[in-house]
Amino acid sequence: MAAVLESLLREEVSVAAVVRWIARSTRGSEDNPGEAAALSSLRPLRKEFVPFLLNFLREQSSRVLPQGPPTPAKAPGASAALPGRPGGPSRGSRGARSQLFPPTEAASTAAEAPLARRGGRRRGPGPARERGGRGLEEGVSGENLPGAGGRRLRGSGSPSRPSLTLSDPPNLSNLEEFPPVGSVPPGPAGRTKPSRRINPTPVSEERSLSKPKTCFTSPPISCVPSSQPSALDTSPWGLGLPPGCRSLQEEREMLRKERSKQLQQSPTPTCPTPELGSPLPSRAGSLTDEPADPARVSSRQRLELVALVYSSCIAENLVPNLFLELFFVFQLLTARRMVTAKDSDPELSPGVLDSLESPLFQSIHDCVFFAVQVLECHFQVLSNLDKGTLKLLAENERLLCFSPALQGRLRAAYEGSVAKVSLAMPPSAQAVSFQPETDNRANFSSDRAFHTFKKQRDVFYEVLREWEDHHEEPGWDFEKGLGSRIRAMMGQLSAACSHSHFVRLFQKQLLQMCQSPGGAGGTVLGEAPDVLSMLGADKLGRLWRLQERLMAPQSSGGPCPPPTFPGCQGFFRDFILSASSFQFNQHLMDSLSLKIRELNGLALPQHEPSDEDGESDVDWQGERRQFAVVLLSLRLLAKFLGFVAFLPYRGPEPPPTGELQDSILALRSQVPPVLDVRTLLQRGLQARRAVLTVPWLVEFLSFADHVVPLLDYYRDIFILLLRLHRSLVLSQESEGKMCFLNKLLLLAVLGWLFQIPTVPEDLFFLEEGPSDAFEVDTVAPEHGLDAAPVVDQQLLYTCCPYIGELRKLLALWVSGSSGRSGGFMRKITPTTTTGLGAQPSQTSQGLQARLAQAFFHNQPPSLRRTVEFVAERIGSNCVKHIKATLVADLVRQAESLLQEQLVTQGEEGGDPAQLLEILCSQLCPHGAQALALGREFCQRKSPGAVRALLPEETPAAVLSSAENIAVGLATEKACAWLSANITALIRREVKAAVSRTLRAQGPEPAARGERRGCSRACEHHAPLPSHLISEIKDVLSLAVGPRDPDEGVSPEHLEQLLGQLGQTLRCRQFLCPPAEQHLAKCSVELASLLVADQIPILGPPAQYRLERGQARRLLHMLLSLWKEDFQGPVPLQLLLSPRNVGLLADTRPREWDLLLFLLRELVEKGLMGRMEIEACLGSLHQAQWPGDFAEELATLSNLFLAEPPLPEPQLRACELVQPNRGTVLAQS
Amino acid sequence: MILTKAQYEEIAQCLVSVPPTRQSLRKLKQRFPSQSQATLLSIFSQEYQKHIKRTHAKHHTSEAIESYYQRYLNGVVKNGAAPVLLDLANEVDYAPSLMARLILERFLQEHEETAPSKSVINSMLRDPSQIPDGVLANQVYQCIVNDCCYGPLVDCIKHAIGHEHEVLLRDLLLEKNLSFLDEDQLRAKGYDKTPDFILQVPVAVEGHIIHWIESKASFGDECSHHAYLHDQFWSYWNRDGISQCCSGWCGTPGLSSSSASASQSAGITGMRKHFLPGILMKCVCK
Repeated sequence: MAAVLESLLREEVSVAAVVRWIARSTRGSEDNPGEAAALSSLRPLRKEFVPFLLNFLREQSSRVLPQGPPTPAKAPGASAALPGRPGGPSRGSRGARSQLFPPTEAASTAAEAPLARRGGRRRGPGPARERGGRGLEEGVSGENLPGAGGRRLRGSGSPSRPSLTLSDPPNLSNLEEFPPVGSVPPGPAGRTKPSRRINPTPVSEERSLSKPKTCFTSPPISCVPSSQPSALDTSPWGLGLPPGCRSLQEEREMLRKERSKQLQQSPTPTCPTPELGSPLPSRAGSLTDEPADPARVSSRQRLELVALVYSSCIAENLVPNLFLELFFVFQLLTARRMVTAKDSDPELSPGVLDSLESPLFQSIHDCVFFAVQVLECHFQVLSNLDKGTLKLLAENERLLCFSPALQGRLRAAYEGSVAKVSLAMPPSAQAVSFQPETDNRANFSSDRAFHTFKKQRDVFYEVLREWEDHHEEPGWDFEKGLGSRIRAMMGQLSAACSHSHFVRLFQKQLLQMCQSPGGAGGTVLGEAPDVLSMLGADKLGRLWRLQERLMAPQSSGGPCPPPTFPGCQGFFRDFILSASSFQFNQHLMDSLSLKIRELNGLALPQHEPSDEDGESDVDWQGERRQFAVVLLSLRLLAKFLGFVAFLPYRGPEPPPTGELQDSILALRSQVPPVLDVRTLLQRGLQARRAVLTVPWLVEFLSFADHVVPLLDYYRDIFILLLRLHRSLVLSQESEGKMCFLNKLLLLAVLGWLFQIPTVPEDLFFLEEGPSDAFEVDTVAPEHGLDAAPVVDQQLLYTCCPYIGELRKLLALWVSGSSGRSGGFMRKITPTTTTGLGAQPSQTSQGLQARLAQAFFHNQPPSLRRTVEFVAERIGSNCVKHIKATLVADLVRQAESLLQEQLVTQGEEGGDPAQLLEILCSQLCPHGAQALALGREFCQRKSPGAVRALLPEETPAAVLSSAENIAVGLATEKACAWLSANITALIRREVKAAVSRTLRAQGPEPAARGERRGCSRACEHHAPLPSHLISEIKDVLSLAVGPRDPDEGVSPEHLEQLLGQLGQTLRCRQFLCPPAEQHLAKCSVELASLLVADQIPILGPPAQYRLERGQARRLLHMLLSLWKEDFQGPVPLQLLLSPRNVGLLADTRPREWDLLLFLLRELVEKGLMGRMEIEACLGSLHQAQWPGDFAEELATLSNLFLAEPPLPEPQLRACELVQPNRGTVLAQS
Repeated sequence: MILTKAQYEEIAQCLVSVPPTRQSLRKLKQRFPSQSQATLLSIFSQEYQKHIKRTHAKHHTSEAIESYYQRYLNGVVKNGAAPVLLDLANEVDYAPSLMARLILERFLQEHEETAPSKSVINSMLRDPSQIPDGVLANQVYQCIVNDCCYGPLVDCIKHAIGHEHEVLLRDLLLEKNLSFLDEDQLRAKGYDKTPDFILQVPVAVEGHIIHWIESKASFGDECSHHAYLHDQFWSYWNRDGISQCCSGWCGTPGLSSSSASASQSAGITGMRKHFLPGILMKCVCK
């Protein structure tokens, strides 16, 4: 490998030839024969060149970067890092990728076992980089620490595996939040995912003996014993030798020698055993930035050449992860100082500059020079980063110093950039609203299921709220806190239909909470901040900024974080885990798959290059937003689908090997995929919709278990993705091809996927990269989604928050010393979520439809959207209109028919179901009018709406066509719905009306009487019914007793009370039927007490009884109230109930005249019929009375019955029996 | 009118083991002349209900019921016209209406073969004339009209207050030209649990955005607030998506009681679980 580099450096071959050589298996015809010859001999090594180069660079830079900012790595532990939290002992140990470079031989040996299986990868042992103690060590000894960028791939091309470090130590206590997927529990080296790049620092025997496993439990914290980087060690490169000719043993032996050599040279390795988990020492004091000077670059030519090769590899997508390389380059750019004295190594001969014998980077100047060289080649990528990054880059003084031209371009790019990116705020949880169309009772099999679901909904939100309140509290455990409640709830979901209801709710809530900011990241760039600042809403903006700074995660976990469930997503993950319900998971997978298919197939508007007028910009805002919403939803759904689908296969145990693996493979290959992602991917590529399909597919695959990439089905997918990756050459831009930012997004997500622990590291480099072979046979439209500028920086950064690490790196440089940074400015962008507008159905076939399609084809896409939108809305409004007019009319008819029916059939009314049938049979035929009415409505409404929404200048012919199409579509939509549902709708509404009417009718049919409202002049100042009931109740309780001797009411008060009662009854405003009923009953009770003279009257001591005249007056008032003012039934028969009549029995002397008076008045006023009273009196006789009372009662009834008019002759007979006594009584 | 928490506590302090009678209320009125009767009654009722909830169980043991019933029988044998049942209730510190129900149930058990259904009992309590025994009917009636915290009449008063305040609220909304959906309309749309009003266009009151309003016909002390929060408000929240982010009360101690002591709550964005003093009172109190 090194031979290639050597020949390159010796200018034996050109860079272009080398890149061609790497990228293509066949020799390009343009190759110069000499070059070809030189390279062809190295042919077997071709595919190992890139890993070699990457490792070479990492290794070379190891002296520079230790003190640098975070090193690219995948470390689960890092992903949820919270600022300011110290790393702990177990940090990274769970992370599959965190195991970087085993610092000890023992460790590395252990790690090799599983590795050897995979393509004989070899690794050089080396100390893990120590982050916590970094500054400390440097400060003390100034030793060279292999570090940040120090990774090396060895031998047969393992892809570079970045080391892990973060500016912010991960939050250990949060490890639980990391997905179990792909995470490896702390344990012996063999279980840990081996690193992909090998730290070049020679092994330390002492350490390997003393603390053999330190690195695996806490890779970032280590003592680095050796002071020399192995940059000088050229021997292991295997110059010109075919791979595999050196055994691991040999290599290790060489390393050992090297190490002992270095040990002799260097002072005793200072190995301050740093406290595990000690917080990041401040670098402020111990470090000074070394200024970089272009004049002091040591070997320009060599650096230029390597930079060119490196840049070309990046440009050709020969490196697995573009942003990882950029990160590395940024690290070089911002390297603070060289840690080793340049000439500390006697072996280093300054003369040998043109070979690999000397270190590539001999000083900070070299590093910066190299970095700037590389960056110059990637200006295009840089210029598409977000504005904040651009600003930091443009303001970087080193860049200015080394390449004013690049700085100038960057500054220009910064000034022209509108790509403000915001790290979004977490949303406050919002509940999914009640969806009348699906959550209605009608969608449940039984009342019970409906009510169960109702309860579950409440439990679900209760759990959610509790999680919200507590999940950030230390020591709170999801399973402990909520697990049993969740399982209890799942237990209630017995019916399959309930499961689907719940899953729908779950999924909706998931989308609602996580698709919006904070959960998965921000949504779409809006213009709001600018608008606001224009409006002077400065404070609001500041508030937002402040809030964001408080809320936004500071770190997304390095440039290659593992898949995680940030924010609210954690809740849903934990919910699934805690529920551990097979049915739930199955339903969830079904539902997620369905939704993914639906969204993936959504006809997003396509970019029309011809659309050159000014409106396109405005349109694209909306389209981008829609795309972003769809994409983010898809990613979220796919992530959860992947999580659930692969859940049963993931576990903490290491991936199986050998026969076990074979049998597992045989078994798993039988299992059909939960969602046919291969086909979806193929179709997506064919239809040029990779920009939509691939990002969610990556999310899905990121949760795959170790076996998945070995399955044929998924291997195909990976191969497709690899080819796609290779084909996305950023510099090739042409009409109809993929947009730059689209490519960038795909490169970022794919690069990230290739770093996922479960993706075999050899996959990327082992695959022959037939870059030119990636020509999908597109049957697709000329301009697929890929060619549309659907991705903007906001979406890019939302999908790939790790790109933001670049900015942090630069900010860290600016901020000087602070490792915790976070102080850089973020632009604030309030985000809005937009619903996914349902795509209008396009069922119409035939010529007309084709004509309409053709019409739209020639028009700007906004026109089509407008028409479809109008059609959709008008169609929907039409249905609502019909419901409010025609159906409402029918319901009214039904009500009046029902009334008639009730009248004719008597008070019983008959069987409600039967009534309903009769009514429906009469009314449903009228539903046929709905179609005509609907057509008329659409005809009337659509053209106006289209006119209002299209530009004024739209040509008349276009306008009228658009109107006609809108009318047609709206009518189609409305009529389709109406013809299918109108009968059911009428039926349902009539049914509701019938039950309403029957219920309103109540137990007492008299309640049916028409209710009068207040008179128009009423100002609603009457006393409130509640007040009156309470007052009357007081009087009643006084009368019934017990009471104190001084208690009583005045006759005036009684009169006033009845007056107020009248007012209240006349003002119906506040009166509800139950209140009126109680008032009526109380008034009757009051009358009974008056009749029995039981009301204690306040007044001059002598007058303890109500005067006859007063009593009569009060009774008159009551009679008038009953007659005129009560609209509900008054239970007058209570006047003659045994209990109330019995009140008379207690009075001495008994006075019957008031009762007689009352009864007469009742009859006179028509409040009670004679017959009725007679019946009541008759039943009174059955009660047990004192002898004399019974007698008097009989007399009274006779007396009453004796009076004219006399409807029945036999009553008169009764009267004749005892005429005298009654008269006497009445007159007394 | 704003009632401070301290005032509330003071009133509540006076209500410890006081029978829920007219006389108690009168004394309370004399003690706190500045408070309206409705407010006092509402607090009384609330506090008494809490008390009953705590002690309810001990009155429902079969031994207790039996002994009450015997005492009742002995009492009415001696003097049917005396307030036997009422005195008994006051003596054992139980609500008269509830005592009446207890005895009535026991009575019916004895006199009829089948255990009386709840609806029969309720109907008899609403209209004691239906009680077959005249003496018991009078006793029950006496308990009901003398109980100011329980019983069908009190229930009706509470219901009426709730309704009245809903109407007041509706008027106020109409007056302020705020468009809203009321309970009936929401129910017609198929909602299973609804607040009184959902504002179609949210309004901001004192910096809080109000989405919905619920009027409660009771005094909103802390405890009942929590109960309502649990039973109802979260349900709205669970259903109305954005339009239900919070509830704030205006009847909480330290908050207020409107003239009729109804407490009201409102759905307020972004402030859930916080009680918002006085927010709604501006809307509610005329």
